[in-house]
Amino acid sequence: MRIALAATCIADAMFPQAPKAVVTLLERLGHEVVFPAAQACCGQMHVNTGYLADAVPVVRNHVRTFAPVADGEWDAVVVPSGSCTGSIRHQQKMVLERAGLGAEARTATAVSERTYELSELLVDVLGVTDVGAWFPHRVTYHPTCHSLRMLGVGDKPERLLRAVEGLELVPLEQAEGCCGFGGTFSLKNADTSAAMLDDKVANVVGTGAEVLTAGDWSCLMHIGGGLSRGGTGVRPMHLAEILVSTREAPVVPADRQEVAR
Amino acid sequence: MSDARTEMLSRIRTALGTSTPEATSVPREYRAAGEHAAGSAEVLEVLVDRLVDYKAHVHQVAAADLPGLLAELLGPGSVVVPPGIDAAWLAGLAEVEVRTDSREAPLSAVELDGIDAVVTAARVAVAETGTIVLDGEPDQGRRAISLVPDVHVCVVRTDQVVQTVPEAVRLLDADPGRPLTWISGPSATSDIELDRVEGVHGPRTLHVALVS
Amino acid sequence: MSTFLGMPATRTGRGPSPDAAPGTLGGVGRPEDPLHWGASFPDAAKAALENDQLRRNLGNATATIRSKRARVVGEVPDWEALRDAGSAIKGDVLARLPELLEELERNVTARGGVVHWARDAAEANRIVADLVRAKETDEVVKVKSMATQEIGLNEALAEEGIAAVETDLAELIVQLADDMPSHILVPAIHRNRTEIRDIFLERMGDAPPDLTDVPRELAMAARAHLRRKFLSAKVAISGANFAVADTGTLAVVESEGNGRMCLTLPETLITVMGIEKLVPTYRDLEVFLQLLPRSSTGERMNPYTSMWTGVTPGDGPQEFHLVLLDNGRTKVLADEAGRSALHCIRCSACLNVCPVYERVGGHAYGSVYPGPIGAILTPQLTGEKSDLPYASTLCGACYEVCPVKIDIPSILVELRAREVELGGASPDAADRVWKAAMKAASFAMADGARFRRAARVPRALRAISRHGVIKRLPFPGSLWTRSRDLPEPPKQTFHDWWAEREDER
Ligand code: SF4
Repeated sequence: MRIALAATCIADAMFPQAPKAVVTLLERLGHEVVFPAAQACCGQMHVNTGYLADAVPVVRNHVRTFAPVADGEWDAVVVPSGSCTGSIRHQQKMVLERAGLGAEARTATAVSERTYELSELLVDVLGVTDVGAWFPHRVTYHPTCHSLRMLGVGDKPERLLRAVEGLELVPLEQAEGCCGFGGTFSLKNADTSAAMLDDKVANVVGTGAEVLTAGDWSCLMHIGGGLSRGGTGVRPMHLAEILVSTREAPVVPADRQEVAR
Repeated sequence: MSDARTEMLSRIRTALGTSTPEATSVPREYRAAGEHAAGSAEVLEVLVDRLVDYKAHVHQVAAADLPGLLAELLGPGSVVVPPGIDAAWLAGLAEVEVRTDSREAPLSAVELDGIDAVVTAARVAVAETGTIVLDGEPDQGRRAISLVPDVHVCVVRTDQVVQTVPEAVRLLDADPGRPLTWISGPSATSDIELDRVEGVHGPRTLHVALVS
Repeated sequence: MSTFLGMPATRTGRGPSPDAAPGTLGGVGRPEDPLHWGASFPDAAKAALENDQLRRNLGNATATIRSKRARVVGEVPDWEALRDAGSAIKGDVLARLPELLEELERNVTARGGVVHWARDAAEANRIVADLVRAKETDEVVKVKSMATQEIGLNEALAEEGIAAVETDLAELIVQLADDMPSHILVPAIHRNRTEIRDIFLERMGDAPPDLTDVPRELAMAARAHLRRKFLSAKVAISGANFAVADTGTLAVVESEGNGRMCLTLPETLITVMGIEKLVPTYRDLEVFLQLLPRSSTGERMNPYTSMWTGVTPGDGPQEFHLVLLDNGRTKVLADEAGRSALHCIRCSACLNVCPVYERVGGHAYGSVYPGPIGAILTPQLTGEKSDLPYASTLCGACYEVCPVKIDIPSILVELRAREVELGGASPDAADRVWKAAMKAASFAMADGARFRRAARVPRALRAISRHGVIKRLPFPGSLWTRSRDLPEPPKQTFHDWWAEREDER
């Protein structure tokens, strides 16, 4: 398959190890990955903050960049983020329609119908749960709110993790509770966000896991920042970074900072 | 006041404007009835389970044994009954002062407050929710009588027990104007730290006599 | 200012007051406007978060209701079909609201009831006060009702010399403590048993002096206190959970029996109801009587539901008045994107699952409608600028449980857009900062080449990082680093990595 990668703005700028892992993983599985360089952001931050007019050029750029998937030039678009996938699926059309851009709204719908979050692409589209990974570590998984409730990815990420050789998956208490990130919520309601973070961090630490994983670097940045501030030693890693790890090219959580960069 | 009426109605019409939400037909894919027949053993078992869960006292008796049961439940004291109650039910009562209350000759709230117990029939019962519905007909009486006394003995025929809420509503829909009381266990509150306390303002004790 | 013992309720609202003067019961006072009081949401939330007792009370309570609800919803095989029906029925009600209200009015009138229309709170309060005064009584009993909380009916009656006695246990606690409800269903959820005992001892004239804090004893003290009132009350005031247009039937769903007392014993009953509480047909009750109890108290059915149609000769109140209330609802209706907030059946499930509500409690919202539904309904009812649409992470837990499928997260986003518009009209300092930041980000993120350059900017922060993390940033980055670290930005962005890789090929 020819798969176009939407890296997401936050991972592109701050956590390139995740989209890099997606590229390596998909190529290992025998697929071709393309990265349309005109991409920037899906527009979620503007939409969720209420700046709909400012979201329009951002959304238009995304839709224009990924429009070839609607014409069959690529088979799918993969996004290593539940919330960006959710925004592409549930918000872009609304933004364009409100701006009176009917034709582009229709393109947005067509693009979104071929856009998948990573675990959806692997399990539903490519039909694999065992991606041949090896990762001999104790891991806990946080189902981010948008993956869980907006996309309904269900247990796909856990199925992928369970198939990883050597990986011990430990359940997270109150896993479905929001970590308190919420984009600009973490700034506009910093105290409440921090209180939610404290609880999430305590639950993660309670698992005794070495690694916390999720399908979204945005939430991972938030929880990871709390884990780091607390001196817990638990490493945040994107799902893709675990799935890319093999015996031949192992990813070691402890040197994650170095390996990644 | 007619001003307010006119203005509110016109505000609503303006608000709906041209963007009136589509008056769609309502999807009713939910269960219109349960899989078990009214009064079947399965349905009765569920009802009893629910009532016990609510801390109601359940007594399953044959019709012939009902007077004996009532005599046992209504020890010495006073009881109020609706006008249309089956007199045979009360045949076994001894040392019990029986007062009859009716729409035509109602007892006052204060009088009812001085009476220990009430016996009524019921209109329908819903097994899945553990609910008994009274509709104010002569065998059930005014709403006040099943409310003020502290003990309510409710006599339900097994053939009155349906499995689901929609079955009961369909039955009640025949006389929608009747005043209804849906009772699911004795009164209760969870207002203090969500700790459930049974028996607040309504009868603190609910006996259900299930008569076959 | 705090409210001192024995003094009349303050009419200037205050947020939760952690520094309440000694000798008070910590009530927040009765605000002038029940839909808008107290500090800003972030500030009120901060104060609430500092109250450990409150957080424990709320944490335990919401966790308990959440698991009860999940259990009883899980056993209903057709739950999703019921939600679909409930949502569609409410949509239909809004679409046909004028006709259905007229139909309800006709049917209630035909059965001996009197229907009144009230455009706003003042008008509704005036109608009720006049009706009560005509009965020559200075005390009425009340069933818990959000609509009458919303219009400040008790305070309005007090000004006319009429005492309105709340008879729901939690409402009584709130009333005695000169407090505000903090939850739709359990208004005193922020109080623990010891506080409740203290409130009863200080404020309930006839509380037994040896009262302990055992919930059963507290409930029995309230029973004894209220029974005298029930037996002598001439007028009762209630809300309504549902009103059936095609029969004129009203329904009140409750637990304690105080509702039955009020709806049955007094000679006169006055029901105040928001115009959206309608259902078209009697049959529709079969949907809502399944959805509501399981969603709200987590019970298969609530202990008591009363239904009445006008006046029943010889049984119950012989005079019945129904007050239909607008008070901003038509404003909500006019907003296509937000009108589904009027589907709400006030079950409170969205509060119980909300991670924000669970931590900050109801008072932080500064409205009688707290939690997720309050965050969308309050600003829509008032039409004022509000920080409530931002009081959410958009985690979606509310939408998932809502029995009538109100897409609260999407409405929050719509309302944020409205806030931005309102902020544009009269911006404060924060509005200007956000606006500039969003403009700049929009420019940078609307083009791949511009983004590629912008994405390299964070790299500058590597200069201040130690051991791979940044612990401190200047404002506004400090809002982040106050509670969490920021990882060191990478040497190379993904865009640059990919370009390099392509070049190497
Ligand atoms: S919005 Fe939905 S979940 Fe929240 S109180 Fe209303 S009906 Fe219940």
